[in-house]
Amino acid sequence: MSGPNTDYDPVEVTPLKADQVEAMREAALAAIADAADLDALKQVRLDHNGDRSPLALANREIGALPPQARKEAGQRVGQARGAINQALAARQAVLEAEHEQRMLAEETVDVSLPTTRRRRGSRHPLTLQSELIADLFVAMGYEVAEGPVVEAEWLNFDALNLGPDHPARTMQDTFWTEPAEDHVVLRTQTSPVQARTMLTRKPPIYVVCPGRVFRTDEYDATHSPMFHQVEGLVVDEGITMAHLKGTLDHFASQLFGDGITTRFRPSYFPFTEPSAEVDVRCFVCRGVDSASCRTCRGEGWIEWGGCGVVNPRVLIACGVDPEVYSGFAFGMGIDRSFMFRHGLEDLRPLFEGDVRFSSAFGTEI
Amino acid sequence: MKAPLSWILDHIDVPAGTTTEHITDRLTLTGLKLEAIESPGRDITGPLVIGRVLTMEAEPQKNGKTINWCTVDVGDANGTGEPQGIVCGAHNFKPGDLVVTVLPGGVLPGGFEIGARKTYGHLSAGMICSSRELGLGDDHDGIIVLPADAGTPGQDVRPVLGLDEETIELEINPDRAYALSIRGIAREVLVSVEGASGFRDPALRDTPPADDLGHPVVVEDAEGCPVFVARRVSGFDPSAPTPDFMVRRITAAGMRPISLAVDVTNYVMLETGRPIHGYDADKVRGALVVRRARDGERLTTLDGTERRLDPGDLVVCDDSGIIGLGGVMGGETTEISGSTTSVLVEAAHWDAVSMYRTGRRHKITSEAGKRNERGVDPTICEAAADRVVELLVEHGGATAEPGVTVVGTPPAQPVVEVAGDLAARVSGMPITEERSVECLRAVGCEVTGSGTLSVTPPPWRPDLTDAQDFSEEVIRLVGYDRVPSVLPTPPSGRGLTRAQQLRRRVGRTLAGEGFVEVVSFPFVGASDLDALGLPADDPRRDVLELTNPLSAEAGSMTTTLLPGVLRAAGKNVGHGNADVALFETGTVTLPRHAGPAAILPVDRRPTAEELAALDAALPAQPLHLAVVAAGDASSGGWWGEARPVSWADAVEAVRSVTDALGLDVTAAAAEVAPWHPGRCAELSVDGEVVGHAGELHPTVCQAFGLPKRSVAAEVDLDLLISRAVHLRQAPAFSSYPVAKEDVALVVDAAVPAADVEAALREGAGELLESIRLFDVYTGDQVGEGKKSLAYALRFRAPDRTLKEGEAATARDAAVALAAQQTGAVQRA
Ligand SMILES: [Zn+2]
Repeated sequence: MSGPNTDYDPVEVTPLKADQVEAMREAALAAIADAADLDALKQVRLDHNGDRSPLALANREIGALPPQARKEAGQRVGQARGAINQALAARQAVLEAEHEQRMLAEETVDVSLPTTRRRRGSRHPLTLQSELIADLFVAMGYEVAEGPVVEAEWLNFDALNLGPDHPARTMQDTFWTEPAEDHVVLRTQTSPVQARTMLTRKPPIYVVCPGRVFRTDEYDATHSPMFHQVEGLVVDEGITMAHLKGTLDHFASQLFGDGITTRFRPSYFPFTEPSAEVDVRCFVCRGVDSASCRTCRGEGWIEWGGCGVVNPRVLIACGVDPEVYSGFAFGMGIDRSFMFRHGLEDLRPLFEGDVRFSSAFGTEI
Repeated sequence: MKAPLSWILDHIDVPAGTTTEHITDRLTLTGLKLEAIESPGRDITGPLVIGRVLTMEAEPQKNGKTINWCTVDVGDANGTGEPQGIVCGAHNFKPGDLVVTVLPGGVLPGGFEIGARKTYGHLSAGMICSSRELGLGDDHDGIIVLPADAGTPGQDVRPVLGLDEETIELEINPDRAYALSIRGIAREVLVSVEGASGFRDPALRDTPPADDLGHPVVVEDAEGCPVFVARRVSGFDPSAPTPDFMVRRITAAGMRPISLAVDVTNYVMLETGRPIHGYDADKVRGALVVRRARDGERLTTLDGTERRLDPGDLVVCDDSGIIGLGGVMGGETTEISGSTTSVLVEAAHWDAVSMYRTGRRHKITSEAGKRNERGVDPTICEAAADRVVELLVEHGGATAEPGVTVVGTPPAQPVVEVAGDLAARVSGMPITEERSVECLRAVGCEVTGSGTLSVTPPPWRPDLTDAQDFSEEVIRLVGYDRVPSVLPTPPSGRGLTRAQQLRRRVGRTLAGEGFVEVVSFPFVGASDLDALGLPADDPRRDVLELTNPLSAEAGSMTTTLLPGVLRAAGKNVGHGNADVALFETGTVTLPRHAGPAAILPVDRRPTAEELAALDAALPAQPLHLAVVAAGDASSGGWWGEARPVSWADAVEAVRSVTDALGLDVTAAAAEVAPWHPGRCAELSVDGEVVGHAGELHPTVCQAFGLPKRSVAAEVDLDLLISRAVHLRQAPAFSSYPVAKEDVALVVDAAVPAADVEAALREGAGELLESIRLFDVYTGDQVGEGKKSLAYALRFRAPDRTLKEGEAATARDAAVALAAQQTGAVQRA
């Protein structure tokens, strides 16, 4: 290394000659361009831009130049180093991008692999059906009423105008509990909830009561000792059969599709007078060319439930003044509605707990 | 009720061209629902004619059978007028007989097509038919031989055999007992089918006046038997056959022909609705007495059953004692038999409630009982008895004895006041008072007055007692199909209750956790409780028993949901689905043994006290939640190993529910069936036990067909929901830096981790933000009977950055308290 040139002698410093600096710069740029990967570039950086690189060494010689020459040489070296730094940065970015691309390519997975690592749960379709029905009525302003399934005989029968010797009691094969003198039954209908509602609320009453009910039916494809019903009860001033019809038509269209209506046929229920069987228009064939329809078995209509105008005797037993109020009530099988809505012909899968059944319905129906 | 159409049309005229379907459609819409239209010949098509056997040659066959090669005159029915050659295997006929012949092209029931075919060396062109081949019965006695006057060869045989006779089957509701008769159905046709007219009431006939010459009858219980009519015939020919029309009609109506005398009583019952009883008059000793049975009395009824009678039963006696269960079933001693020549005919009106009770008590269901317990027209006893006498005379060669016994008079019909606009108010249709009166008269009511109508129902309608009953009659005739569709306007509702919303939330949460909901029957038996391993004194063994369960093995209401979900899980495993996770929510029944639920009056609202007592008498029925999981909690695959379910999954399932409800649940060791004694957690919320969770006892797994280490939980969901946090407060949290400290503590293996954590929390003080157990270690490094618990503690102050060493001091305090309370030693 040359010492500081303090005498302003016009000394020649070879490495600082313009052509020399230019050659160093060219060599560096060429090496940068040639660097194939980040490791090579790192070496190039050391070789051409490090402390011991030719340009760094040349830079140290600047002090040996006479003062008037230092500026020029400094600029020359500085420009060369600037160009090299720029090229290094550019090359670094290119190589990094290439590297990342390569890495991402290497990390490619088979996204078609199964991702079923967790169990899928589901809710029971009858729960979903009950909730759906409850929601339809809640949307109309009804509330959902509830009551016990092990029920007082009086509430299940007597209060509903089914006296102890009423022939209709034989229509409903009742599970009785021990001891018999306790007068406790498994409710045969959700109607006791209606009685309970009238006994505990003042009209206007607009409620639906979905729930489990029991009959002593042997378990087979179409009968079950336990099934689900939804009943509705309205008690208000001026309620008529027309309101009942309007409500059930609305219910039918909500559950089975636009334009689906109901048909009333005279029937008998002690709880109501007049009473009607309610048929719902077959939502598959809509009553057109029904002959081959499996859903309604050629009838064009599907038996859906029972309904009627609340018998004034029931109002009296439940403390509602029949001179002021009238009401209607209806009841449908939830299981039955589910069965024909979803094309289930044998009800037993509903109660067998096979996950393959419930899972098919997920968490909404 | 099955009613032959021709029988109905004997009593009512419908406009020409009215189809059966139109009649049944109309009946359905006015309340007699069509179940089926049947006709015996429905499945027969093509030529089915009368044939006269001209010749028959018996030809023995190699197979041992003998066939008859016949020529049969079928008139012009075969198009040629030539005799038809037919092979017949039956032998119960002779040349000259009239037989039923189906010609080629005919189709018999079962789609059996008839053609001309080579058989036994002849071309057999048709078939001579038996009852069975025509679908008319199971008669094996050979082919049908028609009476000599049945008709001429070639004539269609259908009318002769009644093959085209249609029978309509109607569903009869309990309030329309009158329609359990041709009389009642014809009357319904009159009011339902437009243009129907000329109703001929089979119960409207001139009957001989009552006198003292008839069989003596004493009615001691006029309430139970308001009317008793007795008539008598003698010289009856017990071998006289029942006429074909009667056999056909009785059969079509679903009853079995027995003998002329019995068939006549059934025929008249079907026609008029009034059950009749016939006694062999020669076996009756002295006066008939109607009374209630005395305790301990016995009677062997017609069906051969000896019955111990109840003081509520109405009986008919003679000098020999009880000879019949009035209105329900006769006795053996006076039964009509094949040698009966004198018949004592009883047509009596019985108290419906008494009939119902007796029928239930003795488990007798009969056509007579069905009518008597629903209510029969009390005014037609004389007419019905007279009709029986008439038919016995006409078809049985009998002579009507003089003497008509009539005891009692039909009860008077009530007069009911009905508002003239009631039907309009009830139906929402503009029904005028005039129209109402018209409809009421059409169904047989007498109506007087206006504004408020005084209505007397007809005697065959005991169901019409209340004003509203009459509105139904009006509305059904006006037409249920005309009721307009109008939506009422409810007041604004309050939506689902909070409990209802939370129950849905619980279901969704568990479904989200991978559990599948099931619904089980709530019936349980001792064997199920044994399978759970419940000790004898377990409160869950205190079950509410059913009086009439479907199966004795599941004869009670369950106190726990576990048997249901475990059975369902076992079934899934049995179906090859080894990894299964189920949940069920449902009420359980916990008896309170609080005495009877009173039968309250119905003519007023019960008092608040009465209602409270009623509820108190019922068992408690809390809503429970049960979960079960078996096999793998998460399956193995390309991502790694499967994770089998563990006791912790059961606790976690409950925790997912309590989280959803905003509750903290704590677990403590418990020994409760059906769980593994060392792997059962008693779960509590705010110190109150809400249920249990853990691994099932191996024996229980085996009993329910579940793999070992299956897990389950059951909690009182009502209790959880009642404690659910309603309004959650917004949290405050610090944005100052966190300081983390880890500690590893060695404790005796028996010390619950929850206790250690509680001590650490308390000792760490207010700066502790969270604590997490991140490792549990047992092994050589901590020594026999010990375990190491490693906790990550996070400290943070709400209002400042912690000073150097502050967190460490808090940690040391935490460790010190843990050491003091649980004997924990910090691991070096
Ligand atoms: Zn259809």
